Amino acid sequence: MNEFVETLLDLPWQTCDPKPAYDVVIIGAGGHGLSTAYYLATRHGITNVCVLDANYIGSGNSGRNTTIIRSNYGIPESVRFYQHSLELYQGLEDETGSWIMHNTKGQIWLAHSVTTARTEQTRALMNQACGAKTDFILPDEIKARCPQIDLTGGGRYPVQGASYHHEGATARHDRVVWTYAQGALRKGVHIFQHTPVIGLVKDGDRVTGVQTSNGVISAGVVLSAVGGHVSTVAGWAGVRLPIRSHTLQAFVTNAYAQEFAPIISSNDLVFYLSQTPRGQMLIGAEYDRQASYRTATTYSYLQACSAKATIMFPFLAKLRILRSWAGVCDVSTDFSPILGHSGVDGFMLTTGWGTWGFKAIPAAGEQLAELIATGTPPPLIAPFGLDRFSNELAMADPSSAGTR
Amino acid sequence: MLWIECPNCGGRPLEEFRYGNTFPTTPDAISDRDAGNVDYAWMQDNTQGITLERWFHESGCRRWFTARRDTTTDVFLAVDD
Repeated sequence: MNEFVETLLDLPWQTCDPKPAYDVVIIGAGGHGLSTAYYLATRHGITNVCVLDANYIGSGNSGRNTTIIRSNYGIPESVRFYQHSLELYQGLEDETGSWIMHNTKGQIWLAHSVTTARTEQTRALMNQACGAKTDFILPDEIKARCPQIDLTGGGRYPVQGASYHHEGATARHDRVVWTYAQGALRKGVHIFQHTPVIGLVKDGDRVTGVQTSNGVISAGVVLSAVGGHVSTVAGWAGVRLPIRSHTLQAFVTNAYAQEFAPIISSNDLVFYLSQTPRGQMLIGAEYDRQASYRTATTYSYLQACSAKATIMFPFLAKLRILRSWAGVCDVSTDFSPILGHSGVDGFMLTTGWGTWGFKAIPAAGEQLAELIATGTPPPLIAPFGLDRFSNELAMADPSSAGTR
Repeated sequence: MLWIECPNCGGRPLEEFRYGNTFPTTPDAISDRDAGNVDYAWMQDNTQGITLERWFHESGCRRWFTARRDTTTDVFLAVDD
């Protein structure tokens, strides 16, 4: 199967140069920027919108993630937000008529100690209370759902149980990006690739436009949907962010001929894996500890991550690493996203997506579009404003990063 | 493999070390919730380029030291007690 060629999407690009002014200019044509443009156009009739990207669409973290969709978070506000996003993903193919290769697989979050088993039981109960479908399951059921697992964990990491997130899913990352781009373009939104923004235009304290490599574009609202380099963009507006950029690495093996059904995460070992539609095993772990903008992978990471995954899944030892990649994650100080007003008029943010941004693409775009259209943060994202830090309402979420 | 010259132990792989964030500045007295204190508590410089930062040789001499590192490449430029 070649999912790229057989069902290539038709992207009806605009044929003009950028206009001198738009109602909304979005910096960054990744999933978040394009979904915001899509929902502005389809939900609110705001089509005088321009999305700019320094490279091609989806070339940043939208093309460097591990495509997992889940809502089993650790605080109620997050569970509700991500559950809404998960449901939007479930309906996205019907809404757009475009195949994003959405596949509900279920996610098993392993616990190897009494302490982490308690963590997973807590997660299951908390998720149920907030509307996400998660249950605590025992080793027999884990083995039934994933026969390849070594429940003894090599004798060192015995499986005590797991939380099972029924609606955990994956989708093809670039098809999500293209789907939103297609939907936005069809409504008359302009998307300009290879058009880096090199500064913001300010009138007094207000941001009134962007400076691009091809000149100035005025805007009623400028939205930064930038990934790891967001601190630079916010700095142009005079906004300091509680964001530190970290490199996140991941890799795929060559194809495994059998089916590997669920998404697996390990609480103690700190890695996760799933199978891509091409049969490759997709493996990741936590982001690099030091703040960094490096986008190269390291041998020591591949070695350490492979060793951990192979403890639980001995069959992986017979596979070989095919590709590896890295992205620069905008990790917020409290591990929750930052959405909405920046404190500077005319400048909004969607950032702090760290290692948990892909699953949030539909809901963040939908809610930000409503904020831009109405001027008021909708209840689902109101707790995630930048002002939470000065209001002493930080949203520390111990379960936000999937593997920590 | 990324390599750090520990001032006590010599060259060792990155995995032996713990990152201690950028070199801390001494704050003004944190007495209320004004903007300066919020900034000190939460905000990050997030420098793209050369930073001055603290590192801890966790699996070696277990001592802290100061390093200068390029965040675009993770190359260590200078290490000091």
